[in-house]
Order: sequence, then C-alpha cells, then structure tokens
Amino acid sequence: MNRVFALTLLGALALLVGPAAAAAPPEGMVLVRGGTHRPLYRSATEPEVVTVASFYLDAHAVTNRQYLAFVRANPEWRRSRVRPLFADDGYLRHWTGDLTFDPALADAPVVYVSWFAARAYADWAGKRLPTTAEWEYAAAASETRADGRTEPGFTRRLLGWYSRPRPAVLPSVRSTYRNVWGAWDMHGLVWEWVEDFNAALVTADSRSSRAADARLFCSGASLGAADFEDYAAFLRYAYRGGLEARYTTPNLGFRLAADAR
Amino acid sequence: MARQRLFALVATFALVAALAVGLVACQAGRTATGDAAGVPASDELYLPEIRGEEVAVVTTAPEVPPAITRDYATRVVVNMETVEVVKELADGVEYTFWTFGGTVPGPFVRVREGDLVEFHLSNHPTSTVPHNIDLHAVTGTGGGAAVSMVVPGHSTAFEFRAIKPGLYVYHCATAPVGLHVANGMYGLILVEPKEGLPEVDKEFYVMQSEFYTAGVMGELGLQPFDLDKAVDEEPEYVVFNGRVGALTGEGAIKASVGERVRLFVGNGGPNLSSSFHVIGEIFDRVYGEGGTVANQANVQTTVVPPGGSAIVEFTLDVPGTYTLVDHALFRAFNKGAVGLLEVTGDENPAIFAGQANPLAAH
Repeated sequence: MNRVFALTLLGALALLVGPAAAAAPPEGMVLVRGGTHRPLYRSATEPEVVTVASFYLDAHAVTNRQYLAFVRANPEWRRSRVRPLFADDGYLRHWTGDLTFDPALADAPVVYVSWFAARAYADWAGKRLPTTAEWEYAAAASETRADGRTEPGFTRRLLGWYSRPRPAVLPSVRSTYRNVWGAWDMHGLVWEWVEDFNAALVTADSRSSRAADARLFCSGASLGAADFEDYAAFLRYAYRGGLEARYTTPNLGFRLAADAR
Repeated sequence: MARQRLFALVATFALVAALAVGLVACQAGRTATGDAAGVPASDELYLPEIRGEEVAVVTTAPEVPPAITRDYATRVVVNMETVEVVKELADGVEYTFWTFGGTVPGPFVRVREGDLVEFHLSNHPTSTVPHNIDLHAVTGTGGGAAVSMVVPGHSTAFEFRAIKPGLYVYHCATAPVGLHVANGMYGLILVEPKEGLPEVDKEFYVMQSEFYTAGVMGELGLQPFDLDKAVDEEPEYVVFNGRVGALTGEGAIKASVGERVRLFVGNGGPNLSSSFHVIGEIFDRVYGEGGTVANQANVQTTVVPPGGSAIVEFTLDVPGTYTLVDHALFRAFNKGAVGLLEVTGDENPAIFAGQANPLAAH
C-alpha cells in the first residue's frame, strides 16, 4: 500500500514538474506559444495563414555588452579584422575600438551588424535567428494580447513610432514596452535581422523575376497584401527588401531564437 | 461616237486621278499634322549622341535652375539624398518630414530632351526607413523605383534617357507609398524640349500638397501622421511648398510690371487635385498637365492632378499682390493653400483703377 502510494505520489510530482521543466525557457529567453499568423506578403500558391510552432525568443535584442563577449571570444569578428565579404564598412561603426564603446551604450541594442555577423553570434550562442514568420508572429503581440491587431489603436501606435525621427542616443533595451510573451521592444527601438530576410522577394509563382520586386514598389506594394492598413508591417517588409546580407545600418540589430522542445 | 468615247475616257481618267490625288493628300495630311487636335504624335525615340558630362544644378523651391543653353545632349549627373527631418509645418506645428534634399518639395531638376541622366540616390544614416525614387520622366520599371531602393546609410545609382520632354513629378515609391508621399517625398523634374521653352523673365517652382496630422489644423507641437485621415482623404493642411506660409511674407515670390512670368506648378498630393488660380491674373498660356503643347490660352483656373503638373505663363500688367490659391476655397482659407506674388512697378490705370476697399478679400 505504501509503495503504491509512494509511486502514485512520485508519478503525480513527475506530471507536475515534468511539463514545467520542459517549458522553462533558457536564460534570457521567453516562450512564444505557437499559433497562426497571416503573412503580409505571400504568393498565390502560399497559404494565407501559416502555423508558427512554439519557440523561444530572446527577451530583448542583443546588446553591445553581449556582443562584446562574442568578439572577445571570436577575434575574427572584431572590427579591425572582419572580412569585407561578411560586413560592409559600417560594421560596429558606433564602437570606439575593437573592444570598446561608450559605456552609456552597454545595454543598448548592438547595431551596425550584418546578417552574417548576427548568424555567427547565434552559432556561438548555440541558438539561431528567428524566421520572418516567427518574428512577425511574436511582434504582433501587444502588452495583453497575442494578436495586437485586434486591439484598437495598436497598429496606429506602432506607426507612430515608425514615423518618429531616430533618437540621437539609442536607448537601452527594456525601455519601450513588454509584450504578452515577455519580449521587450519588438517595436520602438531597432529593426531586427531575421533568418530569411529576403524571403519577401522570393515567390513561388513568378513568371517574371520582376514579379516579386514589384510587390514592394508603388501600387505593387498593395497587391496581395494581407492588411492595407498595417503600414508598420509594410515598412518592415520594405526595409528587409532593401537589405543585403553584408549590410550594416545604424538602426538594425538582432535577437535570437531557439526551437522549443 | 468616237468623241463621246473620248469624253468618257477622259472623264474616267480625271475621276480616277482626282481620287488618287485625294487619297494621297489625305494620307499625307494625317502624317504631317498628327490628329485633328494638332498634337504632334511621335513614337520615334530621340536618342542623340551624348557629348560630355555635367553635374546638374538643382534648386530649392521656389527657385528654378536657369534655362538650358546647350544645343546638344549630355550626361547629367544628379545627386540626391533622402533625409528625415523635423521642421515646422505651420507656426508652432512640427512634423517629421521625409524629404529629398531636406526640403519639401525636393529639389527642382532641369535637363534637356535626349540627355542621359546618371542619378545617384543616397539615404542619410539617420533615416529610419529605406527610400527610393520614381521620376515620372523615366521610361523604365517603376520610374527608377525598382532599381533605387536604399536603406539608411547606403547609396545607389541608375541611368535613364530623358526621351520625353515635359514637366514631371518625382516621388518616393517605397512601400507603403502613401506614407512616404504624405510625409513630403516629392518634387519636379523638367525635361526641356530640345528647342527649349519660349523665353520669359521669371520662372518659379510651386508645388501643392496635403498633410494629415493627428491633431487638428493649428494644434501645436510635433504632430504624427494620421492614417485614417489620409485614407479618408481629409487633410488638416493643404499647402504650397511644404508649409503654411511658405510663399508669404519673406517667402513671397516677386516680379515687376511688364515681366512675363512662368510658374512650374506641381502637385505632390497624395490625394487632392488642385484648382490652381492666381487671383487678379489670367494665364495667357497653359501647358495642361505639364505637357509640351501650350494647349490653352486665357485660362482662369487650371486643374493640376496629384502626381501631375501644369505650366502657366502670364505677363504682369498691373502692380500689386497676386494670390496663388487652390480655388477649392476652404483649402485656401482654412488649410493653408495660399501663396503671394508681389509685383512692383508703375500703376496702369488704363487696365485697372479703383478705390481699394480694406474689407475686400485680396
């Protein structure tokens, strides 16, 4: 009787603790519970709604302090040594040296990093970059809802940020807002690299190579778009469409993702 | 009997000859004059040899670069930078303008029919978003937009031949286009016809546009863009040259009695057509829609569509203040679509005389 009781108790405990342990995100990350997402752009053969599986996402963008640890451990990614193939001449322009920057920027998102650099950091950290679908899905959330587009005024608020001029000094992470998943500053701080940033230009249904480009220009930008009024999303897709993997810009950083078990 | 047959033969011959001549003349008439309206129809590409290279002189509204004097086609290098700036839209009202060259409207570019334009576009590092350019003077994908998108801190270049003369709008065409244009990204490029435009004494650059602010007209402080108002086409501001009062006070344009004035009028929109009128004057000639034919004379008010232009010319006969307006009047008097042309010189009582009434609108 005691053994049965003990086993049952153990079983119950395992049931309680097990899932909780499995769901605990790695340090510095949050769990974004899977769901469905309507991409802003898709070709005629792609589905209107895609399923995004649960994944872990960094709670905030990678900071200058964090990036410093990376370049200490990986000298080939220091500013004076980085290969031009992997980053343009703006790489880490805001730093004062290979391993130094203004202390006020320690907790600000690292910017002036290329896609290659972001991926190298991800490899080193044992993680990866989020896909566009994952990033957009996580970024759709407001403070209280997974889909902020159902919240009155949310898309307008985002557009308000995208319309403001850049601040002279980039603020630290965790300075704007925290969404329902626990991720900070998905909007309002910096643009962020994604793994498949040029996917908007790839179409499964193109008879002409220009068909995809046309989406991002003039009237083409409104054809096939899911939501004509999600201007902030147009801005993000347009931004990604203008990038090349080695580009660095003053307001483009990144955060990492990882598969959820 | 033979004579009758002879008559018949001659008559038939004459008839056939007349028909033949008539047909030929008809055909010749068609190709020589184009269609009935007298508009020259030309599908032929004008691609003269390119000689030399020069850097384009560009100006800020209301100034216009001088008329082109060369009689050959050249490579013209145009440099433009997109930059986002906070400036006044009205006294005490600020707005985050997205601009070409830091101004609204952007610079005026002047080239000659047949020129090869080498266009360099850069995006200032402080910009938040990518930009590009669609020049309506370009024959080619997106008007250049497809090959000119630049993210902040980067630059690009493309080339086009100015094969069609006329006065053309240019604007940013990055998604979402409505927002880029609503924030101020437009200007004019003139492609002079190869024979040049008739000589005038003064030329000015005027561009109308609207602004959609969250606050009502006159509400102070930095105003964000309001998407709902833009979609509903209900602007708070309708202005010339990028702000309320740009063409008033010290910004008023000036001329003298006796001078022939040409206005290059553009409309950046994004939504409204302009009913362009100069109070107290009549346009002697109008190049409707910015084309190369002065297709109307003696016009009071001409329509300038958004994304379009018009060229108007008039000679000043009487001194005084002439008011440029969008004759959709509530835009002029309540939203800012007012500019001033100040004309000095001798009175001309043969043309106009009377006692000024201080209460009359002027």
